[in-house]
Amino acid sequence: MSEQLRVPTMAEYMAEGKQPEVLFWVGCAGSFDDRAKKITKAFVRILNKSNVDFAVLGTEEGCTGDPAKRSGNEFLFQMQAASNIEVLNGYEITKIVTTCPHCFNTMKNEYPELGGKYEVMHHTQFLKSLLEDGRLTIEGGQFKGKRITFHDPCFLGRGNGVYEAPRELIRKLDAELVEMKSCKSRGLCCGAGGAQMFKDAEKGDKEINVERTEQAMEIKPEIIAAGCPFCNTMMTDGVKAKDQEANIQVMDIAELIANAEDL
Amino acid sequence: MNYIPNILFAIALIIGIGYFASNVKKLLRNIKLGQDVDVSDNTSQRWKNMINIALGQSKMVKRPVSGFLHVIVYVGFIIINIEVLEIIIDGLFGTHRIFLEVLPTSVYGFLIGSFEILAALVFIAVVIFWMRRNVIKIKRFWKAEMKGWPKSDGNIILYIEMVLMTLFLVMNATDTSFQAMNSGNIISQFIAPMFNGLPEATIIIIERAAWWVHILGILAFLNYLYFSKHLHILLAFPNTYYGKVRPKGQLDNLAAVSKEVKMMMDPDADPFAAQPEEDENDVPAKFGASDVQDLNWVQLLNAYTCTECGRCTSECPANITGKKLSPRKIMMDTRDRLEEVGKNMDANKGVFVDDGKQLLDDYITREELWACTSCNACVEACPVSIDPLSIIMDMRRYLVMEQSAAPLELNNMMTNIENNSAPWPYNQMDRLNWKNE
Repeated sequence: MSEQLRVPTMAEYMAEGKQPEVLFWVGCAGSFDDRAKKITKAFVRILNKSNVDFAVLGTEEGCTGDPAKRSGNEFLFQMQAASNIEVLNGYEITKIVTTCPHCFNTMKNEYPELGGKYEVMHHTQFLKSLLEDGRLTIEGGQFKGKRITFHDPCFLGRGNGVYEAPRELIRKLDAELVEMKSCKSRGLCCGAGGAQMFKDAEKGDKEINVERTEQAMEIKPEIIAAGCPFCNTMMTDGVKAKDQEANIQVMDIAELIANAEDL
Repeated sequence: MNYIPNILFAIALIIGIGYFASNVKKLLRNIKLGQDVDVSDNTSQRWKNMINIALGQSKMVKRPVSGFLHVIVYVGFIIINIEVLEIIIDGLFGTHRIFLEVLPTSVYGFLIGSFEILAALVFIAVVIFWMRRNVIKIKRFWKAEMKGWPKSDGNIILYIEMVLMTLFLVMNATDTSFQAMNSGNIISQFIAPMFNGLPEATIIIIERAAWWVHILGILAFLNYLYFSKHLHILLAFPNTYYGKVRPKGQLDNLAAVSKEVKMMMDPDADPFAAQPEEDENDVPAKFGASDVQDLNWVQLLNAYTCTECGRCTSECPANITGKKLSPRKIMMDTRDRLEEVGKNMDANKGVFVDDGKQLLDDYITREELWACTSCNACVEACPVSIDPLSIIMDMRRYLVMEQSAAPLELNNMMTNIENNSAPWPYNQMDRLNWKNE
């Protein structure tokens, strides 16, 4: 199957002497993780549909260093930051959008001091701005009246105070937005942050993603909406662990919108 | 002869305040053992934080029940302390209710009446607090780190407050001239009849005893602070001022690392060049923290400010799911170790002598550190702007950069990032393959 996605790279733009309005930072999960790649493509479909003039770094992109930094490896983090900043500054990037809240947080907050100053947006913020500018319209379509709950990614919500953009997008789908008992600033982590994604959890009596899935199940959603590839994996695993695959889907906001638009 | 009470009072006051001052000096010295950190930024935001969070209790009331009760005790504590001013003047100069000399009876009555109402409300609030801890047994007060002294400490504070409030009301109830005035005895008038029928001399003795025990109790309580979680009543103010003003998600970048990375990335750098002169005096940077002296002084202030309320721990995803990590314990351990270091210095003429112990392993275990998801729930939950996450991260830094002691899976992840710029073993050249899949 070869659906035609328009995904120009910065190198191509450079060759043509052009500058895109925004750089789409895909992130490692978005590039390599099978589940997250679907989110990446959904987001690109929306960008294509809205005629957003964007580019990706492609093979010139590298891990922002977030999992290294939060593991305590400041050296590796700063090495990654330095090489990414060199590339970004070389292309004179000013605005970045990313589907990963970890990349978002790191580039928005931790890169400026190291010489990388950009306007960084999470894709839900960017989609909201497209909506406000009239470049994107959302029809409720297949999600009309569905019970959707939003799982706040820590690095988007508590980390950077972004709670409303993703919720506004869900409301635009004419869906019934329901909140878990821990939401927004008190949202429970999915269990992946701080590099936990890459290791087994310490000994305890439950996995964090199962706890979070149970919180979601209490309000009986049809869809758990996520805004982070790692949360997505954790919640998908949680739903599986609770045998709820037939009742609950886990989808990124970008996928919800792309699906609503039949993209 | 008549001056004996005044002299005794002055002595009590000097001892009470003097001992407290000497402990405050110790407290400041211990906090200053921390590394320097620049907190000169965002001054107006910092003042706002202090006014909202400490003065205005904005984060306390996020949990309405305990928040509301706490506001009562907090307001009561501050306002009733106006009365302490009168007590001190009376005690020093042998006067009796000196403010009556300067204030109209109605105003004085209004003041004391307000104090009495607050005292009664504080008493009730404190009783409810006690029940929450000991009868309802709210989970966060019964976690592993709350055994022994921390548990007693919490209750002792409540008992002291109950006793002080009772003494204040009894003191007013047995003050026959104050009762005769019948202005401001809103609560004490109902206590006064309990002493009816006692000889006048006995009532005077009870009044004097209540008065003395009340003020001595306050001085004792003041000195108890340094040894207790109750220190927060003072430190909450500086702590909210110096608390984090950047987005919660932002971790600091280690400047020492930036320097080295810059060197490494600089194609013109000469690896054999002599070190610049000034570097010789620099203490070789230690990356991260293994003991309290490696933390910065705001983190140490955080530790002394912690009230051990456990809101952080009750929101921590690791703790909720049964892991050993408890952000409150991180703060309690930091304070305990800092106290130990302080006592070590006291015993060794102000110089710290290596005691073979450190914060890492002897207090905080690696298992706790590696259980953290860096989700900031603890930071968000803290009503006085404490940042347990920053300590966890600094200790991870030590483990990884000084000891190469990361869990194996994380080492694999980091090796991947080093080799192919992704946490998984995928080729960087394949980063755009998704486009055509």
